[in-house]
Amino acid sequence: MSRGQPTLAEICVVACAEAWRGDGAILASPMGVIPTLGARLAQLTFEPELLLTDGEATLLAPVADGLVTEGWLPFRQVFTLLAAGKRHVMMGASQLDRFGNQNISCIGDWARPRAQLLGARGAPGNTVNHPVSYWVPKHSRRVLVDRVDMVSGVGYDRAAGLTGRSGRFHELRRVVTNLAVLDFGGPDRSMRLRSVHPGVSVSDVADATGFLLTAPYQVPQTRLPTEAELALIRNRLDPQARRDRELAGR
Amino acid sequence: MTLDDVIGELRSGMTIGIGGWGSRRKPMALVRALAASAVSGLTVVSYGGPDVGLLVAAGKVRRLVTGFVSLDSIPLEPHFRRAREHALIELTELDEGMLHWGLLAAAHRLPFLPMRAGLGSDLLRVNRELRTVRSPYADGEEFVAVPAVPLDAAFVHMNRADAGGNGQYLGPDPYFDDLYCLAAQRAYLSCERIVPTAELLAAGPPQSLLINRAMVTGVVETPRGAHFTSCVPDYDRDEAFQARYAGSAGDPEAWRDFTAEFLSGTEADYQAAVARFTAASLAGRTGDGVTDGPRA
Repeated sequence: MSRGQPTLAEICVVACAEAWRGDGAILASPMGVIPTLGARLAQLTFEPELLLTDGEATLLAPVADGLVTEGWLPFRQVFTLLAAGKRHVMMGASQLDRFGNQNISCIGDWARPRAQLLGARGAPGNTVNHPVSYWVPKHSRRVLVDRVDMVSGVGYDRAAGLTGRSGRFHELRRVVTNLAVLDFGGPDRSMRLRSVHPGVSVSDVADATGFLLTAPYQVPQTRLPTEAELALIRNRLDPQARRDRELAGR
Repeated sequence: MTLDDVIGELRSGMTIGIGGWGSRRKPMALVRALAASAVSGLTVVSYGGPDVGLLVAAGKVRRLVTGFVSLDSIPLEPHFRRAREHALIELTELDEGMLHWGLLAAAHRLPFLPMRAGLGSDLLRVNRELRTVRSPYADGEEFVAVPAVPLDAAFVHMNRADAGGNGQYLGPDPYFDDLYCLAAQRAYLSCERIVPTAELLAAGPPQSLLINRAMVTGVVETPRGAHFTSCVPDYDRDEAFQARYAGSAGDPEAWRDFTAEFLSGTEADYQAAVARFTAASLAGRTGDGVTDGPRA
């Protein structure tokens, strides 16, 4: 079952997992199927101290034959943990600009939006309190935009404009898309291409991006899953292949 | 109390807080009764789900104070979405943690609580009443001064309660139901079952007794009163019914049919109509199983 070439979804799972490398004993909060598989994969392999919930209030730790309850984390404690900085969330984005300003609130004029979305949710607080990464399952000019219609999650330019030390806990780690992995190592902490997935060219990424992207002279390919990682994804974490559905039809 | 007794104590223009979270342990029987009442022009405070949807659809909401409105398994609430896109309601859009802080400030009778959330975001642009505050201590740091969110009335739904208003949740998360009660002038608790006080600990440990009677104005027994939201361990979210609700909400004619079938009578009528819906969809599913091949 673990034979065969890695799929795009599996490459994305590993790219998401890499976001939490080095985080230690903090709460990983993935939004979406592929980020969740990535966080669980990181926990099973190179980042065993990560904490993860069942999506509600129970902290589940891996043991040999599955998951066991290791703690309780209702929403009120999530809010406290995030304000304490002991969390790294990977959120989605309906719009994301070159400095990492994220919009999940609405498209168009806020007073009468063309499309109402979720609302700000926890994005404003997350982004000024602890590390944040983003997962974009369809990399396109509709999502990676020159300017977001509403800043729900705070980007590097906004954080730099805060008075005094107010922005000191702001940190955007990486953006994983169906085409590439990006970070904020460009000029003035703008978005930079870090690797492209197999079969994707730098110009493919540039064409699908609504702003000018920084890229190194040689852009490496995104790391492929190891045999051991593939076996964990396919046999243990996602035998129903829910990961494929998150990319299908997009 | 009865549902009608509770609604009789409410007035148009009030600020009503609704406990639970998204499509989880919402006091839906109270919400249905409110939606069917003559009360209007409400400010609704909620981690929003179908409670917000039903009240918006019934034209009861003037202003909504929230961090999101979602049905969880269906990300966007269709009535809320439509109301926003047609500018039918006013909105105070907050970060989820800010709403927690606003309720806590109101419960503590403070005008505001400082918070980092909101700094740098457009919440400060779209909510013109939000102010920042500077720490009076050596750090001098700037924060958002999250204003208190005081409530005229609160609705919460518990798994068990006694007649005096001691309320017990048996699911995984208390949400913020205790704060809604303390932030409110009047707090109404609905529950799956009223039990004698001496029996409360039969179902869960002392720390499951989230609400005490000092926090509560009245108790209503409403079996399946959180339907179609989840009320574990008593019942899960009714996904089939929620899908029917969300599917009807997108289209005025379908919504009229839904209202006629489910929302035109009493709470007992609603529960009976839901039972008919469930029986019909179970019968349909059995038929599929007989005629179709294996399903994923």
